Amino acid sequence: MDKNKRNVNYNLYVESKVPKTKAWPSLVKAFILGGIICAIGQGFFDLYTYLFPSLTESEVSTCMLMSIIFITCFLTGLGVYDIIGAWGGAGSVIPITGFSNSISSPAIEFKKEGIIYGICVKMFTIAGPVIVCGVVGSIVCGFIGLFM
Amino acid sequence: MQTHILKHSVYLKSGYSIVGPLEGKGPLKDYFDYIIKDDTMKEKTFEKSERKLLQHIILGAIDKAGLSVRDIDLFIGGDLLNQIVSSSFTARELELPFVGLYSACATMTESLAIASLFIELGIAKHIVAGTCTHFSSAERQYRFPLELGNQRPPTAQWTITGGGASIITNEKSKIKIYAVTFGKVIDFGITDVNNMGAAMAPAAADTIKTHLKNTNHSTKDYDMILTGDLGKLGSEILIDLLEHENIILGKNYADCGCMIFDKTERVFMGGSGAGCSASVLNSYVLHKMLKGDFKRVLIVSTGALMSTTTSQQGDTIPGIAHAVELVLDTASEKDKNTQSSNKKKIITRSKTTKIIKKERQND
Repeated sequence: MDKNKRNVNYNLYVESKVPKTKAWPSLVKAFILGGIICAIGQGFFDLYTYLFPSLTESEVSTCMLMSIIFITCFLTGLGVYDIIGAWGGAGSVIPITGFSNSISSPAIEFKKEGIIYGICVKMFTIAGPVIVCGVVGSIVCGFIGLFM
Repeated sequence: MQTHILKHSVYLKSGYSIVGPLEGKGPLKDYFDYIIKDDTMKEKTFEKSERKLLQHIILGAIDKAGLSVRDIDLFIGGDLLNQIVSSSFTARELELPFVGLYSACATMTESLAIASLFIELGIAKHIVAGTCTHFSSAERQYRFPLELGNQRPPTAQWTITGGGASIITNEKSKIKIYAVTFGKVIDFGITDVNNMGAAMAPAAADTIKTHLKNTNHSTKDYDMILTGDLGKLGSEILIDLLEHENIILGKNYADCGCMIFDKTERVFMGGSGAGCSASVLNSYVLHKMLKGDFKRVLIVSTGALMSTTTSQQGDTIPGIAHAVELVLDTASEKDKNTQSSNKKKIITRSKTTKIIKKERQND
């Protein structure tokens, strides 16, 4: 019992000592980086609409996403994206670039354990929960939609 | 009894340290024996690089002591990787009798303490005690892939690339091991794996308190009291915790994790890892002692004994700290006999020197 009290007090004490992350600089950085990524995406969107007028809007946006995903994977491979992500935080995570990076980085990291046990098994260690949540969420929404 | 005051003379003959490129830019850069330029060490995986690093460190220490691998009776050490592979694989390569330890980042003082007791008991003559860590292999095992663009919390620490080894012997030399204290495993209920300093500080406080009490020393008796890798926050907590016990840590207190990196580097609370105290002890501390600046040093490596599984299952992080007290043996300086015997051995050590030189040329 005494130990529990001591631990609670110690945790409170440590919490008071821990330096807090400064919210405003992080928010501004995330806003700038997220904005830049979205602007690049919009640039690709406009470019593809101009180059291929026969494509529908959803096809153009798929092409744009593919380009952004490719660029992120490429930058991850070059070892640049982790520096960008460490600077911009959520600004790099929220757009599809974060998802792309979270799949390509374990693939690179675990390549040394072989294609099956390394790349295939470990590829979704970080992005896996996102996919599971997405699938479960869509099932739930689907059911709700069915009875609405 | 937690503290053992060594009655027979146990000496730390020499120490050797190697660090990575980032650590090699830090404030202690002039003290390290060797700074590697390429942290892959031309190996395909970082686990292999860590192994190679440790091998170089052990050979370097043996060589610096003027011994050859055949003179070593035992290699005591460990590392952070699962199943302490770096140490055991190094022992395989060097064909050394091996005692493997795991105390997370407290491995350096734990191996020093056990080696000292082995010498004290007369079981062995020369023991090499050492450890090392690699940033990239530790990141992969404990955290995220290297290329993941995530942010670290401000309390995070940076596992260093590097390590060190010492030769413990019964032959007279300048630095004597006076006493060792084996720490208790102490847990104050911290669960945040990104705040190791807070998890380990209570263990360090307990070990320091016990050591001072059992040796009848006060903090003022020491020229330097060093903790392993508490970091900035952890050392502040340690100072507070000891103040409650009426033990005042003054200007002679420092933390290896804070010493090894520059303030400008993006390492948050400072360095961590088993190699942290190992490299600082075997470079800066021994250098200062041999120069005569430090006469009595207490080194307390600190370790967090959790695994990724236990922390994911919500368990708290237990901490441990082992202390080793080093004393400058001024009497031995006059002893010229040992120096002449050292000279003889330098001639016979050519084998290890050759291996190291070859490897470096390849680098």
